[in-house]
Amino acid sequence: MDWRRKLNNVTHREPLNLLWLQSGGCGGCTLSLLNADCSNLFDTLAGFGIRLLWHPSLSEGSATEARSIIDDCMSGATPLDILCLEGAVLRGPHGSGGFHRTTGGDSMMSIIRRLAGIARHTVAVGSCAAFGGVTAAGCNPSDACGLQFEGDSPGGLLGWDHRDSSGLPVVNIAGCPTHPNWVIETLAALASGGLNGQCLDIFQRPRMYADHLVHHGCTRNEFYEFKASAHRPSDLGCLMENLGCKGTQAHADCNIRLWNGEGSCVRGGYACIACTEPGFEEPGHLFAETPKLGGIPIGLPIDMPKAWFVVLASLSKSATPKRVKENAVADHQVVVPAVKRMRPK
Amino acid sequence: MKRMVVGPFNRVEGDLEVMLDVVDGRVQAAYVNSPMYRGFEQILKEKHPLDALVYVPRICGICSVAQSAASAQALAHAMGLQPPENGQLVANLTLAAENLADHLSHFYLFFMPDFARSFYQGRPWFDEAQARFKAVSGSAMAAVLPARAKFLHLMGYLAGKWPHTLSLQPGGSSRPLEQGEQIRLTILLAEFRSFLERTLFGDKLETVANLDSESVLLAWMDRLARSADFPRFLAMAYDLKLHEQGRASDRFMSYGAYPEGDDNLLPSGSWENGKLCPLDISAIREDVSHSWMEGEAALAPAAGHTLPQPGKAGAYSWCKSPRLDGRVVETGALARQLVAGHPLVRDLVARYGGNVTARVVARMLEIARMVPVMEEWVRRIRPGEPFCQTTTALEDASGIGLIEAARGSLGHWLEVRQGRIHNYQIIAPTTWNFSPRDAAGEPGALEQALVGVRIEENDEGAPVTVQHVVRSFDPCMVCTVH
Repeated sequence: MDWRRKLNNVTHREPLNLLWLQSGGCGGCTLSLLNADCSNLFDTLAGFGIRLLWHPSLSEGSATEARSIIDDCMSGATPLDILCLEGAVLRGPHGSGGFHRTTGGDSMMSIIRRLAGIARHTVAVGSCAAFGGVTAAGCNPSDACGLQFEGDSPGGLLGWDHRDSSGLPVVNIAGCPTHPNWVIETLAALASGGLNGQCLDIFQRPRMYADHLVHHGCTRNEFYEFKASAHRPSDLGCLMENLGCKGTQAHADCNIRLWNGEGSCVRGGYACIACTEPGFEEPGHLFAETPKLGGIPIGLPIDMPKAWFVVLASLSKSATPKRVKENAVADHQVVVPAVKRMRPK
Repeated sequence: MKRMVVGPFNRVEGDLEVMLDVVDGRVQAAYVNSPMYRGFEQILKEKHPLDALVYVPRICGICSVAQSAASAQALAHAMGLQPPENGQLVANLTLAAENLADHLSHFYLFFMPDFARSFYQGRPWFDEAQARFKAVSGSAMAAVLPARAKFLHLMGYLAGKWPHTLSLQPGGSSRPLEQGEQIRLTILLAEFRSFLERTLFGDKLETVANLDSESVLLAWMDRLARSADFPRFLAMAYDLKLHEQGRASDRFMSYGAYPEGDDNLLPSGSWENGKLCPLDISAIREDVSHSWMEGEAALAPAAGHTLPQPGKAGAYSWCKSPRLDGRVVETGALARQLVAGHPLVRDLVARYGGNVTARVVARMLEIARMVPVMEEWVRRIRPGEPFCQTTTALEDASGIGLIEAARGSLGHWLEVRQGRIHNYQIIAPTTWNFSPRDAAGEPGALEQALVGVRIEENDEGAPVTVQHVVRSFDPCMVCTVH
């Protein structure tokens, strides 16, 4: 095939129709998506051949116009290539879905179920759509669940055996909220046909970002190494030992690719609450306090045997430089790194 | 009489449906339904008080920081804490950044695309409106999305991320700033200023903020002609006489915003018939007569509860009906600037009452007024000095957090017993503006604002004037019911 025909194949591919719906959530994943550092998000999506059929916050069509777009997807008049759901599925009260009805009287639950049965791909955007998330916290008043999970149990609205026509389960872009690039890259991978089952982890999260830990790239790493820990918000030290940080257990690349320019939760001075993990909304302890047993944090870094951690922690604590020890419990550097008159070797 | 159901309403945050009774081509009565319930007040019950800081921002993705700020304030009130000056400055900057980003999103993404609807084909400004403001494809998108994203880099420094930060603490901010970061903030604000002055206003922020009457505004609009987006809006809005649309109760309320020491930059108060009155928050009650909520009497929020009662007779919304001294009030940027005494806003309301154009103008003025204030706040940060006080444990205590979100007055009422949240009640801005009727049958602010709107004979869809009126409030439905 010469390059002209190749190019033709790329540029003349049918666009993929994307329908974005919202239910039991806060809309924060959409607002986060709009933070994408690209020149124009809509052009970026179009560049991957994605045509936005309708989005509740962004499209022109309202009321009857919106309903006819959704109806055309249901009838098959418009092929539905990608269905994105933001927010949990609200099953209550009593399984009726009545906590979220849309105009015409149908529950969003039933609309989501029907569309997911048709869509070529179904994407859960955010931890609510994936697992239930914060909407399912506490007594779960709205009986919220995710598309294919309820917390960490498979099932959810669609059932564990649901597969789309390409054989994929629901793609769970977990996070509360999602990083804009997690969404853009997942959609781009779907559009290019480059996302298969191997690309998802056991919670169906794209491994592109879920194969990292929040700990990777953490700027508090020197404090972590020496177990020089913060005691109160605004301290510079490691947040793991006392302030509830789960960065060494949570799957995401938040400190590799940053948020809003140069931010992340731990850079903002507060704990990673593991918002990409199912069930993060009910940690069983105070979010900003590390649960411990005999003075040792219960939640150890992933892949680290407890005995090693205990030995390393006590060794590194005994070897903590004065600078690291003092800065850990201050809100600015009280001891700066020494400057020597010889070049680093 | 014809009954129309308009929904699902998009380009509002969350879900909304409006039922209209139309007589002789005009809306005679409107019924506003918030069709989704999640139950945050139930979720918060029995939680540790500090955990509220994780849950409440997730009420809303667009007013996330506002929810955090109200919660932090309620906790600080219960703990008897006063954040250090740095902490207060950072909290103010964080909230102001969200409020301004929201005003910008509302203008470009939610409100302006309605002028590009084919309904307006034939208007002298239509081609330009379509090229500039059409949803998704308008040329303004390519300008505003990167500018907004870059402006929100402020949040990367101030709050770790947006939405959903945990940096706003009862004792101040968990994010101490270094001198280099203070300079980065200054640069980001300067870049935002130049976007606003070039693209949105076509003029200096200070000039816009100082427009002090309708005649001065109109002269300014003529002079700027179509060189920038706010004057473009004004020309279209006056052509369509949108200042004659969307009048609600003409009673306005603001809790006051941005504490500086013991004072607020923007004062609290209520405004009616050209008079400013002190705000008495003990006169707030939440009525549930037309809400799918349990309860009979209208209760003060501190004594209130939020328990769903699906299928309740006579009810038509999950939203409650908050009332101030038994009466409907409107809240938002218009109310805030009225109470704060902005002469242009007071002139517009004196002439026409609350209306579509005035609500948008107030938001734009607020952007122009607040950016210079933010620049000053950044200058006042003193790196090296404290940003946060240590929190104290709560056993039995209560606290109130009252702040101004982009969309208006947001209140959190917290009661802690035996170290756990016993009751947490939230009244969001759109709960005020989009409430259903109360026990006396008085319609909520939007329900009043829609009465009299002209509906074309063959308009079965979503009449565009109805859309202008609804969106002029910049509703946030996920906050409304939460």
